[in-house]
Amino acid sequence: MCGIAGLIHRKKSTNVGKEMQNMLQSLKHRGPDSTGYALYGDSDSKDYILRFKVGENVKEGSSAIIEDESIYEHRKDKVNSAINDYGAKIIEEKRITPYSYRYMISTSEDLLELAKKIESVEMTEILSLGKSLELVKDIGDASVVAKQYGLNEFSGTHGIGHTRMATESGVDIRSAHPFWGYPFSDVSVVHNGQLTNYWNTRRKLEKLGMRFMSTCDSELIAVYIANKIRQGVNLEEAMRSSLDDLDGVFTYLVATKDKLGMAKDYMAAKPMVLFESDDLVALASEEVAIRSLLPHEIDTYDPFEGEVKVWQA
Amino acid sequence: MASLKDHKSHQLGLHKEVLTGRTQQVFFNPEESENFFYYNSYKVDFNKRTEIDVSDLDCVSLNKKIKNLMQKGFGTIVLKNPGAKHSLGVGILNKLNLIIEGSLGYFGVGSIDGPIVRISGRVGWSCAENMMAGKVVIEKNAGSCFGAAIRGGDLICKGSVGARSGIDMKGGTIIIGGDAGAFTGFMMQRGRIIILGNVGPNLGDSMYDGTIFVGGQIGSLGADAVEGELTELDHSWLKRKLKVAEIDKKINFKNFKKIVSGKKLWNYDNLEPTEKKGAI
Repeated sequence: MCGIAGLIHRKKSTNVGKEMQNMLQSLKHRGPDSTGYALYGDSDSKDYILRFKVGENVKEGSSAIIEDESIYEHRKDKVNSAINDYGAKIIEEKRITPYSYRYMISTSEDLLELAKKIESVEMTEILSLGKSLELVKDIGDASVVAKQYGLNEFSGTHGIGHTRMATESGVDIRSAHPFWGYPFSDVSVVHNGQLTNYWNTRRKLEKLGMRFMSTCDSELIAVYIANKIRQGVNLEEAMRSSLDDLDGVFTYLVATKDKLGMAKDYMAAKPMVLFESDDLVALASEEVAIRSLLPHEIDTYDPFEGEVKVWQA
Repeated sequence: MASLKDHKSHQLGLHKEVLTGRTQQVFFNPEESENFFYYNSYKVDFNKRTEIDVSDLDCVSLNKKIKNLMQKGFGTIVLKNPGAKHSLGVGILNKLNLIIEGSLGYFGVGSIDGPIVRISGRVGWSCAENMMAGKVVIEKNAGSCFGAAIRGGDLICKGSVGARSGIDMKGGTIIIGGDAGAFTGFMMQRGRIIILGNVGPNLGDSMYDGTIFVGGQIGSLGADAVEGELTELDHSWLKRKLKVAEIDKKINFKNFKKIVSGKKLWNYDNLEPTEKKGAI
């Protein structure tokens, strides 16, 4: 069934890493297979943060193919070459797990072409590329993933996250949420539901040059929104048009560098509870997640069918 | 306006049975003399009151604790710090005053038969699912599938509710003080829903029977839902029911719309007599 959560602080930064961890941990019962975070940091840097993986987590429960870990270093070297050949500069390089990395890179070139170069390396997938977005996802619950990737001290304004119960595709990082809105910096999506016109819509988007890295239906939303942004459509309009263009039952969250949005399909078959105050907007599949931030009595409500909302940081 | 009198199922004398028993609503009976007989129930004293702090309890522990307290004769139980946890206060088959100071998560006070429940906060999805009798009053909003498949009793939300309220309901009354989402009364089979505010699209979709009263705007009617004639009897019933619901708003019932089943989707008329013959 999956659980999704998001929060946005208005005009201030807090420890969103810890806050999102608490929200997602309280939704663990909705999806124990994998957990993902898209966190938006305070960075005003002109450089890009690149999160990518060169292999899969193959621990118990994973449906990924087991590989010899020695190949990861070889692939990472190839990624470095691809970045350098493209004319971008690696400022900082950090290995987070045997198969995933966090880089700071400097480039003034087209992100799409850079992304294509990096992903031309076998089994390599960019998880996120942006100036404030850091997208982390792995197998395990929210605490396991937060500890593994050191998210407990992450300071920022907003974030979205996902606890996954794998139904449409395998248990692996590739199919875990959030999905990056390739190739636009700082766009991420989490989704709860099922899309029934996945293949038809995917084929249309692929013809337009959009890339898919998994067969998870949720990735379609990220690609759909990215394509709309590419066409110059603003976030809210893109989300509104998705209600007509996507079939199925879904509630999803989108985040950009300074915005958080939610959309609910016309059937309203997937839950979403919303809390809104002058300082904070928090929303989740269940109110217990919001209570992990605000344990006192609060006023919450369910957005209605066909609702789209966007909040500014 | 739907004319139901000429419908074959009415000519056959269906829909005229008088329902009795504590779990069945006796429609338009001014005395509302439901027979509250509680088999194997506990004798409780409403003046005997206690409080439970739910902060460190899971739903199973809490529900067992409520049962133990009723066994000891406590008739008024106050739950503090429910924290929007799921499945609290379910399966209470007894007379009881249950006061919940805060909000419930999913499946709150489900499968109850008899208690009077007051909730000061909000409730999540499927509140009071399968309720048989009693009264539940929620001061704030409610999630989707509010009162799914209830058989009897009064279920009141003073705020707004999500989609599919009263889905599959088989009796009782649902009263919504604010707005309601899509597919309200979806496949309802009996009972009544009152919505004082607006309601979303597909109202009463595929409803078999029962009545929906709407005070505000209707997004759209669902398949086989039609507008019925609002009578003086309806007005007096609505007035009385809102008093029971503790809703004091001044309401002009003449502006209400009454939605009933058009009974065009029914295949009972064709199938049931044949099936009966086959069985004989």
